[in-house]
Amino acid sequence: MVATTQAVATVDLLRWMPLIPLLASLINMFFGARLGRKTAGGLACAAVLASFAIALYVFWLLPATGMFRDTVYTWIESGSFQVKLSFQVDALTAVMLLVVTGIGFLIHIYSLGYMGHDEGMVRFFVYLNLFIFFMLLLVMGDNLLVLFIGWEGVGLCSYLLIGFWYHDHANTIAGNKAFIVNRIGDFGFVLGILLLITELGRQGIWTLNFMELQQHVNLLSPEKITLITLLLFVGAAGKSAQIPLFVWLPDAMAGPTPVSALIHAATMVTAGAYMTARLHFLFVLAPETLSLIATIGAATAFFAATVALTQTDIKRVLAYSTVSQLGYMFVAIGIGAFSAAIFHLFTHAFFKACLFLGSGSVIHALDGEQDMRKMGGLKAYLPTTYWTYVIATLAIAGAPFTAGFFSKDSIIWQAYSSPLGSTELWFIGWVTAGLTAFYMFRQLFLVFHGECRADEHVKAHIHESPAVMTVPLVVLAAGSIFAGWLGAPEYLWGSLWDQWLQPIFGGVHEAAHGSLTDEINLTLLTLAIGGLGFLFAYFAYGRASKLPDRLASLAGGGPYRLLLHKYYIDELYDVLIVRPFTYCSRWLAQVFDPGVIDGLVNGVAKAARGFSLIWREVQTGNVQHYLAGFLAATLALLAYFLKQQ
Amino acid sequence: MVPLEYYLILSAVIFAIGVIGVLVRRNLIVVLMSIELMLNAVNLTFIAFSRYLGSMQGQVIVFFVMAVAAAEAVIGLAIVISVFRHRRSLDPQEMQLLKW
Amino acid sequence: MDASVILFYVISVLLVLSSLMVVFLRNVIHCALALVAALFLIAILFVMLHAPMMGVLQVLVYAGAIMVLFLFVIMFLNPTAPEPRRKLWWGFGSLAALLLAASLAALLSNGEAPADPVAATETFGSPETLAKSLFTDFVLPFEITSVLLLVAIIGAVVLAKREP
Repeated sequence: MVATTQAVATVDLLRWMPLIPLLASLINMFFGARLGRKTAGGLACAAVLASFAIALYVFWLLPATGMFRDTVYTWIESGSFQVKLSFQVDALTAVMLLVVTGIGFLIHIYSLGYMGHDEGMVRFFVYLNLFIFFMLLLVMGDNLLVLFIGWEGVGLCSYLLIGFWYHDHANTIAGNKAFIVNRIGDFGFVLGILLLITELGRQGIWTLNFMELQQHVNLLSPEKITLITLLLFVGAAGKSAQIPLFVWLPDAMAGPTPVSALIHAATMVTAGAYMTARLHFLFVLAPETLSLIATIGAATAFFAATVALTQTDIKRVLAYSTVSQLGYMFVAIGIGAFSAAIFHLFTHAFFKACLFLGSGSVIHALDGEQDMRKMGGLKAYLPTTYWTYVIATLAIAGAPFTAGFFSKDSIIWQAYSSPLGSTELWFIGWVTAGLTAFYMFRQLFLVFHGECRADEHVKAHIHESPAVMTVPLVVLAAGSIFAGWLGAPEYLWGSLWDQWLQPIFGGVHEAAHGSLTDEINLTLLTLAIGGLGFLFAYFAYGRASKLPDRLASLAGGGPYRLLLHKYYIDELYDVLIVRPFTYCSRWLAQVFDPGVIDGLVNGVAKAARGFSLIWREVQTGNVQHYLAGFLAATLALLAYFLKQQ
Repeated sequence: MVPLEYYLILSAVIFAIGVIGVLVRRNLIVVLMSIELMLNAVNLTFIAFSRYLGSMQGQVIVFFVMAVAAAEAVIGLAIVISVFRHRRSLDPQEMQLLKW
Repeated sequence: MDASVILFYVISVLLVLSSLMVVFLRNVIHCALALVAALFLIAILFVMLHAPMMGVLQVLVYAGAIMVLFLFVIMFLNPTAPEPRRKLWWGFGSLAALLLAASLAALLSNGEAPADPVAATETFGSPETLAKSLFTDFVLPFEITSVLLLVAIIGAVVLAKREP
């Protein structure tokens, strides 16, 4: 079962991890123009490096069962309900910290090169540091409310960064879409938080602190827990782009590539998985929610992979791939394998960031070209980019002994064997793995192999990226291989990872069915379908072939168009939701508000005026009329006195 | 002896007649005269009470009422003259400037 | 039947008649003269009520000074336009006044005051007694009244004088 963390030490250092990037962000905001682009960028990178250093130090200090806490001040105090702005670091948070600050640092360095000639570079680093601040708040918060502040903050930074090149209207629309869809998720999230507070409050406990929540979770009835977890999952679905709230992530590719790498691959989108892992003690008590999460995760993984098969924009493929991999994480959560989910989060951060930065390198080399149909043959021009891309692709496809192999396999195996898993879940995960291998290698071949199909004037300028961009690529590629070695299955050298997270999640579930032989067999099956995907991609795209066109025109081209247009989901949402909503809004703004609301207010004034127009006629100016009134009143008084007698 | 009530009822009647004049007549001077009539009715009441209660205070009050009535009649007529000079009319119903 | 009671009835009938004449006659001068008669009759009532000083003052000040002033002003202004009369307004006014008189009479005749007057002393209502009250108990209102009369004089002069 879940082990309670005993040793809680107070470490004042914790607050500096988010504070230093915040300070750097503020300094760049106010003085960035004066500092100049180079200094501002350097300051931003140094700030994240400082946070990474502190994270490493804290990680080194942290005992396996321990927790560090740093309380800054008491924020809300209302009767017995207290919320402190307080940070905690346990084993789970430590891992997230390393990912956020470490990969964040690498991406900051990369951005020095990628955004080096952009005139908004300073603003970029302001937003990026701000994002690191909020993300750290999210993972280090010791209660749901601080987590939520970080949650909202990263949403804000995502919006700011997606619409970074705001002169192009399409980018701002994408930013809006991301923010609004996120908001829908946040609505569910807030309802979940409120329900949690009130339900626990009914039992006399008023808190949102994670440790206290974990202690008192059995005070809640199962129906309430199911409802709360469902609402919280709505929030996670919004932030982590699961069905039905995933539509913002592909559009978010409008932002600069480092943003896509950091926010929409490695960190922000994983916040949903982190949140559910953090509240695992709540979710394990709601089996219906968990099965829903697993189903949605599996569906998302599969459908996103199918859409990725047909996309032609290099970043779009990676975006759908991210959605698909996030689906895997939620499948793991849904079957109670929280440790595996976080492990996949960890490895995915490495290879997805590597892939995105690599694509950024390609786009940079091709002067902004993102259409893969206009690429090809870049292997010769961009060697470092090519080889890191190969390694990352192998990792995501699950090639043996790469990071993706261990993490994905762990999920697929537990989907089969866990008491909450099922053969159906395994099957979908298995097929998706094959699809993943196919579309990733399709991308590799289209971009780097064959003839270079770029325009002439672009071809003339193709150059490898500077060191400041390629060094992070190499580091991330190394991570894509070795990061996974932390979580090998039992029949190899065992999982250091599971051991590390054991105090939080408890041990890995005993396999309900399936033995060691089954595990090895399924691993081989997964490798097989991955290999199949690779071969298929090779024959279709690795050599000049008519296969892609023949596939596209299969069954009259209908399925191909369906996938190319992402199942027309955006159009569906537009018709079902956006249009009625804007119609209602317009009606409210142009008819209801001026007519009824203003009418009501003006009506009061009009009524008052009307009355006064009538009443003022009493003042005729004629003294004798006034005296008549006097007399009438006097008579009334006299009558009253007479009555009294 | 005449009972006190007779004097009081007489005063009331005179007062009411004065009220008609103030209310209904459309000549400012007659209105002022009706006011004097009303004041006199009140004076009568005071003197009657003074006699029947044996106190001089009633008569003293009447003294002052007379003085004030004199002053009021003087000012009232001065205003009437002033108004007549401007409007050539003594009809109170034609002096309606202070209306809505 | 006492002589004073008969006198009282006669005076009161005449008084009511002259008051009605004040209110209902068309010619202003006639109204003024009716008012003089009414004031005179009230002075007689005063004397009957053992207030001879007040009765004399009534004749001197009211009938003598104030009514003369009224007549002066009437003749000075010489209004010739006939006054318009509306039956409805007159009817309403008369009715209201009737009601007023009736209710006042009803209220005032509840019989709480003593039916017979207190025995009159020799000096009741004489100038000495009046003067004694005025200059001892009521000296302040007396002085203020003199200021009031001064103000009235100045005000009248200012209001009525011809614009230069």
